[in-house]
Amino acid sequence: MSGNNDYTQIDNLLREDRMPHIWCPGCGLGSVLHSFLTALNKSEVPLDKVSVVSGIGCTGRTAGYVKLDSFHTTHGRAIPFATGLKLANPELKVIVFSGDGDIGSIGGNHLIHAARRNMDLTVICVNNFIYGMTGGQVAPTTPLNARTSTSPYGCFDRPFNLPKLVTAAGATYVARWTAMHVRRLEKAIVEALLKPGFSFVEVIAPCPTQYGRKNRQSTGLAQMDYYKENSIIKHGADTKDVDIDLNGQIVIGKFVDIECPTFYDLQTEILGKTFPHMSKTQAEEASA
Amino acid sequence: MKYWRKPLDQDKVKPVHGRIILINERCKGCGFCVKFCPRNVLEESERVNAKGYHLVDAVKEDECVACGLCEAICPDFAIKVEIENAKEPTGV
Repeated sequence: MSGNNDYTQIDNLLREDRMPHIWCPGCGLGSVLHSFLTALNKSEVPLDKVSVVSGIGCTGRTAGYVKLDSFHTTHGRAIPFATGLKLANPELKVIVFSGDGDIGSIGGNHLIHAARRNMDLTVICVNNFIYGMTGGQVAPTTPLNARTSTSPYGCFDRPFNLPKLVTAAGATYVARWTAMHVRRLEKAIVEALLKPGFSFVEVIAPCPTQYGRKNRQSTGLAQMDYYKENSIIKHGADTKDVDIDLNGQIVIGKFVDIECPTFYDLQTEILGKTFPHMSKTQAEEASA
Repeated sequence: MKYWRKPLDQDKVKPVHGRIILINERCKGCGFCVKFCPRNVLEESERVNAKGYHLVDAVKEDECVACGLCEAICPDFAIKVEIENAKEPTGV
């Protein structure tokens, strides 16, 4: 088999009995889930040490479609539940897979504090610019002037720039891709999975039913086309320059990749001075 | 596919041939696979499934090089690509 055909099957990770899924025709979530599952196979992390946590919303349904330990949590609280999982069992590889309304809005505070503590989590945030499941209301990521069901004359809130937010809070890996860039997204998720520390991957995904229909991109295909024509790959771009405008260009790529001690490192180091049984070497000996 | 020069590793790298398996009851007719296939293997058909979505046909399956992009981009997990090493794709 040549290198170009080096793709892996995901049958072992997808709950095929739950198919077809609930996502609309033209929704990009299935593509993102496919990229994530392929990346999980490629990263070769032991699957019995993986758990997927998701919140509420269309993207939150992923937890039910993966054949892994998964956790469908309350709205906005995916990251706190994931933090708890990671603290109780530091060996776990915890992945938070949720939407922009869940992670960026209702769980926004949890997001910045998990990034500040540098919790060893992988956060995949699927950004479709809207609250899709509840009827297409304005989300904190909706671009200026975009029309939604609660902003029929155009949205007049300034949107969140999620990569800038998490970078400022101290994330160690920040990337943004779209649902169209399946292969690059796959690579980014592999890197994020293997990165110790808080890694954040924002994925721009089409929502034709609630967002595209009102903003002159009536089908998922039109939105994917738009991503193909208007994305600029700029690795290492300053995250303050990656704002998304309505019908403007989308800057994508790997923005931040730094090394920083994680929460667990600091906890074992500092608490280990007073309580020797909590130090890292002792914990490793106990688990070995 | 025309090359502007003969590739240096042409003896070593053999393009493989793919067989496309479509799971019709899962297809929602979004058209991503038709649009993004680099060799235009797939085409939307007149046939519909039980839910009324237009299905796709692998009209030029002979040209498939098993890149797997349709499988990766299909949001409904309705396409699988199997590699057939024995046969080379036509038109390469």
